[in-house]
Amino acid sequence: MKDNRPVNLDIGSMRLPITAWASITHRITGVILFVAMGFLIWGLDMSLRSADSFAFLAEVLTSPLAKLVFLGIAAALIYHSLAGVKHLVMDFGIGESMEGGTLAARLVIVATIVLTVLMGVWIW
Amino acid sequence: MVTSVTSFGRSGLSDWLLQRVSGVILLAYFLFILAAVAGGVDYASWRALFDQVWVKVFSLMALLSLAAHAWIGLWSVLTDYLTERLMGTTGNVLRISLQLLISLALFIYVVWGVQILWGY
Ligand code: HEM
Repeated sequence: MKDNRPVNLDIGSMRLPITAWASITHRITGVILFVAMGFLIWGLDMSLRSADSFAFLAEVLTSPLAKLVFLGIAAALIYHSLAGVKHLVMDFGIGESMEGGTLAARLVIVATIVLTVLMGVWIW
Repeated sequence: MVTSVTSFGRSGLSDWLLQRVSGVILLAYFLFILAAVAGGVDYASWRALFDQVWVKVFSLMALLSLAAHAWIGLWSVLTDYLTERLMGTTGNVLRISLQLLISLALFIYVVWGVQILWGY
C-alpha cells in the first residue's frame, strides 16, 4: 500500500447532506438503545417479579419524568427500527440512488416524528 | 483475508448478515410486546403471557439477538473512532477496554433476562 495517499477528509468542513444526518442518527440511537435496554430489562424484571413490584412499576410510570424517559427510548427505537428497515430495503438494491437515498431518509424522519407523537399521546 | 479478533463472527460478511437477522428478530419482538400491552395489562394476564414456553423462548431469542446485534453495532462504532490512526496506542487501549465493558454488560443483560424468564 502506498503510504503517501491521503488518509481522510476534513469532515468538519463539509455540509452534511440529509442522508448523512440520517446515518449518524441511526448510529447515535443505536448507542442510546444499548444503554436503554438496561432500563427495559429492569422494567421487565419489576413487571414479572411479583404483584407488588408490578404495582410499583405502574406507579413509577405515572411520573412525568419516567414518561419522558420512556418516550425518549421509544423515539430512539422507532427511529432506529425504521432506519434499520431502510437499510434492509437498500440491501436488496432498492432505492440505491441519490434521489432514492434522500427520499428514504426524509420518509424515515417524518415517520419517526409522527409515530413518536402518537406514542406520546398514548402514554399521556 | 484479514480477520479481526474483536468482531463478532470474525468476518465482515458474517457480521453484516447477523446484524440484519438480529435486527429483524428484535423488531418482531418489540412489535409483539407493543401488541401485548396495547390493550392494557394487569399482573395476572402479564404473568400468564410470560408463563407460556413460546413467549419465554421468543424472549430469549430477542435477548441473544440483542447481545449479537449490539456487539456488532458497537464494534463498528468503536473501530471508527477509537483507532490507532486517530490517537495512537491510546486508541487501541481505550477501544479494547470499552469493548470488554460492553461485552460484560451484554453478558449481564442475557443472564439477568434468563433469571427473569425462568427464575420467578
Ligand atoms: C433494541 C436494541 C438495539 C440496539 C442496542 C441496536 C444497536 C445498534 C448499533 C450500535 C448499531 C451500529 C450503528 C452504526 O454502525 O452506525 C446498529 C446497526 C443496525 N441496526 Fe440496530 N440496534 C437495536 C435494534 C434494532 C432494530 C429493532 C432494528 C430493526 C431492523 C435494527 C437494525 C439495524 C441495522 C440494519 C443496522 C446496520 C446498519 C449498518 O449496516 O450500517 N436495530 N444497531
